[in-house]
Amino acid sequence: MTEKLVISSENEEFLAKISEMSGQVITMCDQCGTCSGSCPMVDEMDITPSQMMRMVQLGQSEVLDTNAMWYCASCFTCTVRCPRGLDLSKVAEALRQVPLRRAKDYIRINDIPKDELARLPQIALVAGMRKFTG
Amino acid sequence: MRIGVYVCHCGGNISEVVDVGEVASFAEQQSDVVLVRDYSHMCSEVGQKLILDDIRDNGLDRVVVAACSPQFHEKTFMSTVEKAGLSPYVLEIANIREQCAWPHFDLPDVATEKAKGLVAMSIVKARLDEALAKRTMPIGKRVLVVGGGIAGIQAALDLGDAGFKVYLVEKEPTIGGKMAKLSRTFPTEDCAACILSPKMADVPSNPNIELLTFTEIEDITGYLGNYEVAIVKKPRFVDPAKCTACNKCSEVCPVTVPDEYEEGLTSRKAIYLASPIAVPHSYILDYEACLGLFPLACERCSEACEPGAINYDQKAERETLTVDTIIVATGYDTFDARKKKVYGIGHSNNVITALDMERLIVHGAEGKPIRPMGRRIAFIQCVGSRDEQVGNEHCSRICCMYATKLSQLLKRSDPKRDVYVFYTDLRAYGKGFEEYYKRAQRTGVKFVRGRVAEVNGNSNGQKVTLKVEDTLTRQIIETEFDLVVLSVGLQPSEGSKRIAGILKLGESPDGFLQEAHPKFRPVDTLTDGVFICGCAQGPKDIPDTVAQASAASSRAIRLMNRGQYDIAPVIAFVHEDLCDGCGICVEHCPVGALLPSQIVSVNEAVCSGCGSCIASCPTGALDLHCYTNDQLLEQIRAALAGKREGEARILVFADDQTTYRLADNVGTSKLSYSPDIRIFRVPSGSRIPPRLMLEAFELGADGIFIGESEEKSSPYPHSVSAIKENVSLVREVLKERNIEPERVRYFEFVTVMLGAFVNQMNALAEFARTSGPIPDEDRKVLVEHLANRRHQEAV
Repeated sequence: MTEKLVISSENEEFLAKISEMSGQVITMCDQCGTCSGSCPMVDEMDITPSQMMRMVQLGQSEVLDTNAMWYCASCFTCTVRCPRGLDLSKVAEALRQVPLRRAKDYIRINDIPKDELARLPQIALVAGMRKFTG
Repeated sequence: MRIGVYVCHCGGNISEVVDVGEVASFAEQQSDVVLVRDYSHMCSEVGQKLILDDIRDNGLDRVVVAACSPQFHEKTFMSTVEKAGLSPYVLEIANIREQCAWPHFDLPDVATEKAKGLVAMSIVKARLDEALAKRTMPIGKRVLVVGGGIAGIQAALDLGDAGFKVYLVEKEPTIGGKMAKLSRTFPTEDCAACILSPKMADVPSNPNIELLTFTEIEDITGYLGNYEVAIVKKPRFVDPAKCTACNKCSEVCPVTVPDEYEEGLTSRKAIYLASPIAVPHSYILDYEACLGLFPLACERCSEACEPGAINYDQKAERETLTVDTIIVATGYDTFDARKKKVYGIGHSNNVITALDMERLIVHGAEGKPIRPMGRRIAFIQCVGSRDEQVGNEHCSRICCMYATKLSQLLKRSDPKRDVYVFYTDLRAYGKGFEEYYKRAQRTGVKFVRGRVAEVNGNSNGQKVTLKVEDTLTRQIIETEFDLVVLSVGLQPSEGSKRIAGILKLGESPDGFLQEAHPKFRPVDTLTDGVFICGCAQGPKDIPDTVAQASAASSRAIRLMNRGQYDIAPVIAFVHEDLCDGCGICVEHCPVGALLPSQIVSVNEAVCSGCGSCIASCPTGALDLHCYTNDQLLEQIRAALAGKREGEARILVFADDQTTYRLADNVGTSKLSYSPDIRIFRVPSGSRIPPRLMLEAFELGADGIFIGESEEKSSPYPHSVSAIKENVSLVREVLKERNIEPERVRYFEFVTVMLGAFVNQMNALAEFARTSGPIPDEDRKVLVEHLANRRHQEAV
């Protein structure tokens, strides 16, 4: 069955929140798809970057349940190509910040064995802390 | 001086609030007033006859009508006064309906007092009215048309047919422009060359059109009715009168270069015919490509030319044309797709532009295909349009439809082809466009909604791969094509930019030439007598271009047809005894109407009558007819008379186009505002120089408000910045005497801002009242302070 999309004022709040956090006028996106066609990580994503933008435009907080923003590597290919001059990597970062700000950790540094901790690059730890959050 | 004053009842509209009898007896007491009447409907025939008879029988030489706003019946009463043999400019109107009876309907006594004040203001102004004659300037019937594309051709033909002398200047060797290169035209699929070439041929055969191809414009000076155009006729080295277009010269020419007409897809010789439908139909020698003229290196073409049309010694010729009006039809340039690097044009032979495709289709139809097209063809839309990354934010309007055309022509000529159009939004807005789009869909062209992200060449160089999201299914498409066509957008031509520089025409944010008004003056410019049409003004298709070209020629004819045109009486003039020739004003004039000399003079054909020059004159030598310095000062005195104890009197200088009419609308809507306001009608708020504002404060004003049209719709687009400058100077002077600078304010209005007007008026009145009276000793020295500041600046 096709699901109906209900758009209420809560949706407006979500759009306003992500717009403010990212500093991007997300309603400016005209859904041309340049970002999706340019994205090197799009094959890994369950929705395309342009779909991520669309869901934010309509204020669908369900976008947080997708993996698109977590796969964004901030390579900026979409940003340099966007005909409307939008910075999608900032939008993805804003979306990542929503669960991150709940400050709920699923991995604990203390649970990682000492020798592994010594081997792991610090950047991997930071990335891990960010990805397995919320 | 014999002034007659007429007070209108307006069938009760005025008389039910304002005591017209009292106003009439007030008017009787004013000096020079010899006759006062009040009547139910002054605008009626009977009312007009009263004025007419009184002028004749009582020798009136000035007339004041206290009635509705001048926007309704000023013209009526002016013609009445003129009929009686007076200058139409000795009429003054006191607006006691929209400014008294209606906004102050609940305060009849106040309305009556204010009405008296307005009548007094009109009487003192009338006393100083100049009996100006209606004036006209002679104008000829010569037009310069710049650009020989379809826009310029249409304008030239319309003007030539109407009996006007046309100089059609084209920088290329032939007229025809971009349209001459097209295969067919959407949505009717006429053969472009077939419908264009008869029109092109009509140009040289029209006795009123002088066709100047291969000619550049170096400079244009002058003004409406007297433009001097410096042109350079570049040498063709072939005499069009003798050339029979036999092609023998071309056959023997050893030099081969890319053919511009064919978008470089084929080659031509150094001596060549610019296009098969070239007009004039004459060969031309490409000086750059030729093996050498000085000294002669080859000479084969000359030997082959039987009529002896070739002259290697031809030189560029300079000439000056004098014309009365100018039509700019300088067209567009296509976007240079090399700037969009991700689409790989120039790197792969299988990526071409839509204009290339037009030529390929023409050659295919002629049975002389230039190159194989392949089986799978893709069109990429919005290349160089709607794209901030390349600096073009605008939609080019025609690409959706030309791609719809090219794609279905390709599909129909070979149904086995796979033809795809990748688009952002498909805009089929014109007559027959939607139907044409439907026809393409029925033909089997596939439209995919998604802007192509990148085009990559394949290792064997045979095909190209294109990557795009189908935004409707959210799937990434990565697929091979034999040929990719870039639907390049339109941008302002280099020629337009050059002409805009020479004629000082404005450009809109997209870089195309700016029309005088986006709705009502779409082909005029702010330079009198200069018109724009076609893609020079913005991207458009052929029918819109032709319509605009006809509109531009009709606007030009409107100015020239009578052999003379009216000059508005409101123009600047110079008090010669005060002008010391310093020339400061010359650069302050936004339209270049002031001519420097020992005593500055005003070019009356150019002056737009804004009065903004007056503020720049250090000696007060500049002035404006119909709104003179003396008149405004007398009106200010009258407006400040009868101030009640504790009242703060506010003077509002309202521009004629917007603020004055806005005040009328406020009155019509019976919205009340402070009755301490006195409204002055001026052409522009920039007419009021700092000195006059300070004089008003000296004479007792408690607040000054300048109302102006918002910048983009003002007939004087520079005026807002002039007002800002004047107001800030006055504020500085007020501050020096510890007077609140907020007593001087300005605002940019549009005519529907009724609430804003009321709020602005009440806010200033309230501010001036609560700030209390300005001490007399401070008032007295304000003008002196201004003079001191000016003196210090000069030192």
